[in-house]
Amino acid sequence: MIEAPGMSDQPLLVAEGLAKTYGRLVACRDISFTLYPGEVLAIVGESGSGKSTLLQMLSAQLAPSAGRVSYRMRDGVLRDLAALGEAERRFLFRTDWGYVHQDPAQGLRMAVSAGANVGERLMAVGWNNYGRIRQTASSWLDRVEIDVARIDDAPRTYSGGMRQRLQIARNLVTEPRLVFMDEPTGGLDVSVQARLLDLMRSLVNELGLAAVVVTHDLAVARLLSHRVIVMKEGRVIETGLTDQVLDDPREPYTQLLVSSILPP
Amino acid sequence: MSVMIAIESAEKTFTMHLQGGIRLAVVRGVSFQVHAGECMVLSGPSGAGKSSILKMIFGNYRCDGGRIGVRHQGVILDLAQAEPRAILNVRRHTIGYVSQFLRAVPRVPALDVVAEPLIATGAPREIAREQAAKLLRRLNIPERLWSLPPSTFSGGEQQRINIARGFISDLPILLLDEPTASLDAANRSVVVELIEAKKKAGVAMIAIVHDDDIRRQIADSTVDVTAFAAAA
Repeated sequence: MIEAPGMSDQPLLVAEGLAKTYGRLVACRDISFTLYPGEVLAIVGESGSGKSTLLQMLSAQLAPSAGRVSYRMRDGVLRDLAALGEAERRFLFRTDWGYVHQDPAQGLRMAVSAGANVGERLMAVGWNNYGRIRQTASSWLDRVEIDVARIDDAPRTYSGGMRQRLQIARNLVTEPRLVFMDEPTGGLDVSVQARLLDLMRSLVNELGLAAVVVTHDLAVARLLSHRVIVMKEGRVIETGLTDQVLDDPREPYTQLLVSSILPP
Repeated sequence: MSVMIAIESAEKTFTMHLQGGIRLAVVRGVSFQVHAGECMVLSGPSGAGKSSILKMIFGNYRCDGGRIGVRHQGVILDLAQAEPRAILNVRRHTIGYVSQFLRAVPRVPALDVVAEPLIATGAPREIAREQAAKLLRRLNIPERLWSLPPSTFSGGEQQRINIARGFISDLPILLLDEPTASLDAANRSVVVELIEAKKKAGVAMIAIVHDDDIRRQIADSTVDVTAFAAAA
């Protein structure tokens, strides 16, 4: 289980009445929640439940058809994401947010070195001392358990688990306050998943990160998140404390999901 | 002595939607109080709802009616109505829970599993580790196991890791679900001593124990859970 976050009364991210429709197709409807600093929220549901659409709206990559997402900028002011200027959006994407894709190839530059992948985020925020960048990149590789001797190798020479850990290092190097993760353990072998989960769990605890994790795997939700939102057909079916929803599911659909897990 | 837990008419029913919506009434009319420094033992046969009551107090099971008052940072908070964030905060600062089984996290060494709750409340890592080592030694966990993840340990060793993790913090309320179930006599008496020390420190405890001998040693009061049977 993950440690409880500190109690801050100021929400970091607020979603209000979010909806996304494509013509007559409804991908998400009426989704509202509040995320506080240091809190990890899991969004669970099966393929097509709208969880990835929701993640894209939360991370300002997709405009909602209705409703809005607000984020507390570092100056303490809660701002509507749709109203941000280009410089503010860039700041969020480059520094204050991380986004971990299911497929590391989408979040990494596969042909440049691992060190450059991590260093690039630092250069984007104005670092220009090569020695310092390289030193910080090495220490992050070490933190995500990648042999520092591999710093000059491109991630296309890495295994799937190493690529995913490198993607995490690239995201966390700028000390973001919020990280979005889309099926971060999807497509990895079970033993590799366990290692990655444990690493993410300790990094989230140590750094006090807030995170929104989309996953279809309830074990990932249990290990990483404080709260969970269960989605089906674009709606929120049930929400609450993660262990409460998983150990005492109330809604028929949640009971079905929980009962479908094979015992280890 | 101040009241730490005050439960009034709490009830729990499971609705099993996958079994045609069968309603399983677990307990109703649960009412009792536990004071600082008191260890209350819940008695009753298996299936009477003892563990469910502990889980309701920890916020792991939802409460379908009534009130679960817990003294949290000086004020009584009704956990039956509390927001998830408030429950997490209560778990961090007020209520500890020692379950029968360790939910082992892969790859985390036993020493860190035990030290973790203390670090979470702000203790420096080294001091937390020293405390953890002290407890592990007292519970007769050989030092060569401390750096290994407990997932490979025996049932009794895992339970002792869990006990150490539960007893390391200075939380004012502890819930103990069969803490001595798979322990030998020597380790059972260590647990009895640990409970005794917590009482002296003013900790309010609710315990489930099946061993009559242990019950006699730790119980200041007993509540028979069959009185809360939710007869259909």
